[in-house]
Amino acid sequence: MKIFRTHALVCSGAQCLSAGGNNFKDALSAEINSAGLQDEVQIVETGCMGSCEMGPMMVVYPEGTVYIKLVPSDAAEIVKEHFLKGRPVKRLMWNASGKEFPTLSEIPFFAKQTKLVLRNCGIINPENIEEYIANDGYLALGKVLTSMKPQEVVDEIKKSGLRGRGGAGFLTGLKWGYVASQQSGDKYVICNADEGDPGAYMDRSVLESDPHTLLEGMIIAGYAVGAIKGYIYVRAEYPLAVKRVALALKHARAFGLLGSNILNSGFSFDIAIRMGAGAFVCGEETALINSIEGKRGEPRKKPPYPSTAGLFDKPTLINNVETFANVPVIIHKGAQFFKKIGTATSPGTKVFSLAGKVNTTGLIEVPLGITLREIVFDIGGGIPEGHSFKGALIGGPSGGVVPAEHLDIAIDYESLDSIGTIMGSGGLIIMDETSCMVDIAKFFLKFTVEESCGKCTPCREGTPQMLKILQRITSGEGMPGDIENLERTGRIISRTSLCGLGQSASNPVLSTIRFFKNEYESHINEKKCPSSVCDMKPKAMENKNGKKIRVRKIA
Amino acid sequence: MEKIKSLEDLKNLRDKAKETLRTRSGDVKVTIFASMGTVGIAAGAREVLKMIISELEKRNFSDVEIIEGGSLGLDVEEPVLTIERAGTKITYGKVTPEMAKQIVIQHVINGQPIGEYVIARSKK
Repeated sequence: MKIFRTHALVCSGAQCLSAGGNNFKDALSAEINSAGLQDEVQIVETGCMGSCEMGPMMVVYPEGTVYIKLVPSDAAEIVKEHFLKGRPVKRLMWNASGKEFPTLSEIPFFAKQTKLVLRNCGIINPENIEEYIANDGYLALGKVLTSMKPQEVVDEIKKSGLRGRGGAGFLTGLKWGYVASQQSGDKYVICNADEGDPGAYMDRSVLESDPHTLLEGMIIAGYAVGAIKGYIYVRAEYPLAVKRVALALKHARAFGLLGSNILNSGFSFDIAIRMGAGAFVCGEETALINSIEGKRGEPRKKPPYPSTAGLFDKPTLINNVETFANVPVIIHKGAQFFKKIGTATSPGTKVFSLAGKVNTTGLIEVPLGITLREIVFDIGGGIPEGHSFKGALIGGPSGGVVPAEHLDIAIDYESLDSIGTIMGSGGLIIMDETSCMVDIAKFFLKFTVEESCGKCTPCREGTPQMLKILQRITSGEGMPGDIENLERTGRIISRTSLCGLGQSASNPVLSTIRFFKNEYESHINEKKCPSSVCDMKPKAMENKNGKKIRVRKIA
Repeated sequence: MEKIKSLEDLKNLRDKAKETLRTRSGDVKVTIFASMGTVGIAAGAREVLKMIISELEKRNFSDVEIIEGGSLGLDVEEPVLTIERAGTKITYGKVTPEMAKQIVIQHVINGQPIGEYVIARSKK
């Protein structure tokens, strides 16, 4: 057996790679070779470690030293000083207060997190199935296939109280039960990995850093509901994720953990990848099913729900990446263990991509019920440059805003619902007083206008009308009655749209009006943007000769 | 790769794979501190370290972590090697690759310090 005295874990998540992580890894490997350390030091490319702000990152074991913001020219110093002489390079280490040599668990960003879904992320090599198995991987599958009946698996998930992590928070066990109870030979399991919210990358991180946990969850689901085949619907914009999942599928098949007669149990199940072409609406489950079938990615009428007639009109279980990633933990450690984390009605953890005006941005996994204050100030390290917290946008273009007065709100499904926002899939954008709420609402509405598939009228025609009003307001041409008009149109769109995209499209607008009405009013009445973000000059228009003319205001 | 046929096979594979990741867990029986200051390296600490690794590999012993440290200040005794096992730290001086090999076999793996090489011992 090959023993390496030092393991250098280099983050190879998409963020770190695009920050130049690849070049650093190459430089490091060249330096290690030239120092003759290739038999002593092992470079392991891991998935995302979470603190993307600090990338490219590297963690060196056995000491657990954390290096951040590495560039290729740092490689020589690290090899000569640390790997050769055992002297960690202080200038490149994460500067945690009071600790001279901080390890991951001593850095506040990591200390407050509870990692279930991301338990292996950044710790194992995602392209090596044995490292996943070493950390009890596929044991839950083994337990299910050897000692549990399908109904027992469904019951265990029901008992755990796990709720769908894709956004709506539907009880996962209940959904599994519906599909399991259908009398049909062909059933399907679909993993929704079509993550499209701006600024959100929780699913991508799981796919890139620990693809086997998703596969294990899907195979267990397949066994529980009696399915024959699974599909992972992932966006083509995630090339690294696609590559690693494809590799994981290949390895799992080679190890007999996927395919026919898994672990000699008589149960057969296989998984295929389907790539989406980047339509946001394909994250909606029925549109996604259409897309897998090769049809246009437009939502279907519900009912029938996918659990009775989904893919190819067969009963279909469709869950999000993060939901499936929770399954092996629940089976392996038991529903009771899972229920101890989080709150009574929202057990477990949630992964958020923390972005915006906060000191340490990145990917975090926190127990549900944690307060927003803890996330922003303890994990995120507060607001940079002496600004103050104004609000947090949670749930992406379908969510709403949490204002400063609700900073101590518990992050769980019920509490968020009570102030008119949603958990969503995990986008969390922090804003300070330099952000204009009207502008943010406009940004997200513009996104949904562009992504609306156009099948139903309220979403196709209604959202552009709202956008028009917002554009008018932010260019200093707002009129009295605009706010009421927005509210009324928004409510109509939510009630009458066909799918979740339209039903939630007006949330950012309605939510910002609810908590920051004064900002809308000052845009309209005083023609002023309190945060000086919006260009309040009326838009220039072109006349027939191509010359720009100012729109003249009515006296 | 042969297919995994049963839960037992899977558990065996897990235990085997776990060994290769032990360095990252911090949960080990023996810790080897190698003094890798400039003096230590000049006195041959690199060769000692290489011998330790190859000997551990040969004997398939992975319940160990190797930490490179700076000099203890005891330059005259370099290369210095400290083995921590069961709460006791034992320091060896003027270690040659040949001595390192014996230390690995007798002390690291079998828990018998080699008295004639010891220069100091300390309890945790």
